[in-house]
Amino acid sequence: MTSTTGDSGGQIPEEVAEFLVESYENLDRLDQDLVTLESDPQNHSTLSSIFRTIHTIKGTCGFLGFEKLEKVAHVGENLLSKLRDGVLIINPSITTALLATVDAVREMLSEIESTNQEGNGDYSALIATLSRLAAGEEVVETPSAVAPVVDAAEPIVEAEPETIQTGASAFVFQRKPASPQAVVGEPTVEAEVSLPIVEDATPSVEVTPVPKEETNVVAEAKVETDKEKAPAGSSVSDANIRVDVGLLDKLMNLVGELVLARNQILQFTSSQTDSSFVAASQRLNLITSELQEGVMKTRMQPIGNVWSKFPRVVRDLALSVGKQVAIEFEGRETELDRTIIESIKDPLTHLVRNSVDHGIEPPEVREKIGKAREGRLVLRAYHEGGHVNIEISDDGSGINPEKIRANALKKGLFRADQLDKMSERELVNLIFAPGFSTAEKITNVSGRGVGMDVVKTNIEKIGGTIDISTNLGEGTTFKIKIPLTLAIIPALVVAAGGQRYAIPQVSLVELVRLEKDQAAVDIDSVYGAPVCRLRGNLLPLVYLCDLMGTSTAKIDDDAVNIVVLQADERQFGLVVDSVVDTEEIVVKPLGKQVKNVDVYAGATIMGDGKVALILDVMGIAQRSSVISEVRDRKLKELSASNEGENVERQTLLLLGVGDNYRVAVPLASVDRLEEFSPDVLEWAGDNQVVQYRDSIMPLIWLSSTLGVPAASDPDTASIQVVVHSGHGRRVGVVVDRILDIVNVAMNLEKVSIKSQIMGSTVVNNRVTDIVNIDEIVQDALVSFIDAAEYALSGYGG
Amino acid sequence: MAVNELTERQYCTFYLDGHFLGIGVKEVQEVLKYQYMTEVPLADSVVAGLINLRGQIVTALDLRKVMGLGPRQGKQPMNIVVRSDDGPLSLLVDEIGDVVEVEQDNFEDPPETLEVSFRHLIKGVYKLQEKLMLVLDLDRAVFSLVEA
Repeated sequence: MTSTTGDSGGQIPEEVAEFLVESYENLDRLDQDLVTLESDPQNHSTLSSIFRTIHTIKGTCGFLGFEKLEKVAHVGENLLSKLRDGVLIINPSITTALLATVDAVREMLSEIESTNQEGNGDYSALIATLSRLAAGEEVVETPSAVAPVVDAAEPIVEAEPETIQTGASAFVFQRKPASPQAVVGEPTVEAEVSLPIVEDATPSVEVTPVPKEETNVVAEAKVETDKEKAPAGSSVSDANIRVDVGLLDKLMNLVGELVLARNQILQFTSSQTDSSFVAASQRLNLITSELQEGVMKTRMQPIGNVWSKFPRVVRDLALSVGKQVAIEFEGRETELDRTIIESIKDPLTHLVRNSVDHGIEPPEVREKIGKAREGRLVLRAYHEGGHVNIEISDDGSGINPEKIRANALKKGLFRADQLDKMSERELVNLIFAPGFSTAEKITNVSGRGVGMDVVKTNIEKIGGTIDISTNLGEGTTFKIKIPLTLAIIPALVVAAGGQRYAIPQVSLVELVRLEKDQAAVDIDSVYGAPVCRLRGNLLPLVYLCDLMGTSTAKIDDDAVNIVVLQADERQFGLVVDSVVDTEEIVVKPLGKQVKNVDVYAGATIMGDGKVALILDVMGIAQRSSVISEVRDRKLKELSASNEGENVERQTLLLLGVGDNYRVAVPLASVDRLEEFSPDVLEWAGDNQVVQYRDSIMPLIWLSSTLGVPAASDPDTASIQVVVHSGHGRRVGVVVDRILDIVNVAMNLEKVSIKSQIMGSTVVNNRVTDIVNIDEIVQDALVSFIDAAEYALSGYGG
Repeated sequence: MAVNELTERQYCTFYLDGHFLGIGVKEVQEVLKYQYMTEVPLADSVVAGLINLRGQIVTALDLRKVMGLGPRQGKQPMNIVVRSDDGPLSLLVDEIGDVVEVEQDNFEDPPETLEVSFRHLIKGVYKLQEKLMLVLDLDRAVFSLVEA
């Protein structure tokens, strides 16, 4: 976190520094409280809390001799006391004036922080406005009177992004009381904690003696508050202590070391027989895990800390662009590692601003199309499988793919023919392309050169992903998926060229092991680029040894190990010599001599004390560039059509019959594929049979059954047989060629009238008939099995 | 004060392809025997590997490659771990010598006869009683490597 004012922090007297920390924190809460108050003017406890905060600031700065600050705080307090006493009722212009007061105070505080002086800012206009409002003058409705107030707020709106960047580096340690429900009315300790803005170099944590009622009010507009129940809670403060963030970071590092040492000990233990030693090391294992979890928790912060700024951001922004927006939060207690919180702050703010600016329509437009005048912006966070998902949804206009297309064309990002090939989903995702901005007019809000591409890059930097779903006219949802923590991650350890590498499990899709024979069939090359047939799709392959320029330690007749990885939205297979294990690894940064190599994300120390490199999956995908765009598109289209139409997908066995005829059978109806030598064919009555698994299996020639001319150059060396078992009996269906196994969406069209053909569909650009193998077998059985026996076997009729 | 002055004049010496070189003692964190290294494929060729130094991952640079000297034969290299702004950095050298004390009067600029590529990485020469010690310019030779 960089702060322009941080360097001079040392000159400030200690008591002033403390005052600053405390005040920043309080101001943060004020922003929230004021916006809450606006929607719920009767909320007495919020009002009292605001009053107390301003009062405290006023008192302290009087003591420290900051007269100007004291004056501003004083008039603000006057106005607030009128509100508290019910003489005045809060209205938007009062809120704006109070927010301007908060900003003025903040401005002076940062001035004090850097220069130890209050600065030269002129706040007489603000003071006059506040006094007029306090006197009960109706400056409210007349536009001319409102103007100066808005002016006062204007420059601060501009300054907002910076305020956000200089976010806090401190957070609160909380301890649960033994029994939270013991006393009725005692504030719950799991309450939200306000995130202090600390701009100087000595981050520390402030006790927040605030009962839940007061901090959580913004969450839902109307929180039932029992005014008598909770005065300023003091019991919470006893359970909190200030902790230096640096100390926590150091603890985390030490725990990382301990985890490594533990891994080493466990490795030794496996070769030990001394049972008391084994027991002791198991205990060490358990304690380390618990300690790790505990220390991780101290670094966890609720995401609400970041969100707490948004009501203010949204309010100011909505006001300046003439929109009405209500912001709602779900899951603000969802916890994330401190470092991650820091790095998602900016992307989230950008997305929120974007939704208000571009997503939600002006009130008149909304009314015209039958929506509520007030737009809704919902932020939702929840844990899911070791990840945190954050969703930002608005009920605005949605993203129009056509507009995106036109814009991309105009900006020259893509050619028309490229765009034609894109699915809607891909078009929408173009907003993440560098140099893209859909705003028709650049507003001072969103068109600041920080595009969505930066948002995407920042999220990907911490191993996260971002996805959009949008419905034209109904709204847009951005879904961000990020890991819980960056310090200790689960990883897959693989070996290649005699070295071990760790692959973060976030990018791992699956492991595929192909035995030698299978590999010979499935691994092929397209224009020299190796690919693997995986369930009907071609998966580009990267040989880790080739990429690293090391020689493989493999012997030719070994199986091929493929680690299927997800990079961006692409999948590729990384061929490694062997898969070693999965392990929790501690990510350590690389020195700058190595940092510029894009295929590494860091390094870690393995159980045996040796260093292993952590692979950067994105970097590998980029460096090897094996993933062709076309291939990628096809994959995406497949998944898109899959999601979109919900067509039933089936795995089919593609067969060749005759010279040029293609049929397919559902793989589910296939028992086995066999190859027989013509020598083993025997006759039983009029039928050709083979001995198969201790019984006699009749054979049916598919070409003759379907009336297709036999292949002109039949394979005389072997007979390809599809074994079908049904009705208690195996039957072999003889085909000319076994082509492939594909997974396709079944769009059956009835073209042929033959009863054996269920329908036709297009597979891999070829018309393919789907054969009803069950019926064919049944017909055949009827024709060559004695009718009586047939009836006995129980499926006549 | 006296201690400070003393360390200013002390040099940790080592051998590299027959040359006798020195690094100021204050710049050296520690000297280690050969350590197992994890190679870093695709990295610059001067990067010999990564060392686990008590839980810290330290990049080891082959000083022979850095100085443009021929490859090391036979013997395993030794590590001189130096402090840099970016954390510790290990330099692989052929052999470690003593810590020597020098007199400022005995300092001279690098001799013109040294090869240019080698000479500009040398701050100067101390004339010791029995031989000459070349003072390695860490900033130029090592710390500026990334920019190159």
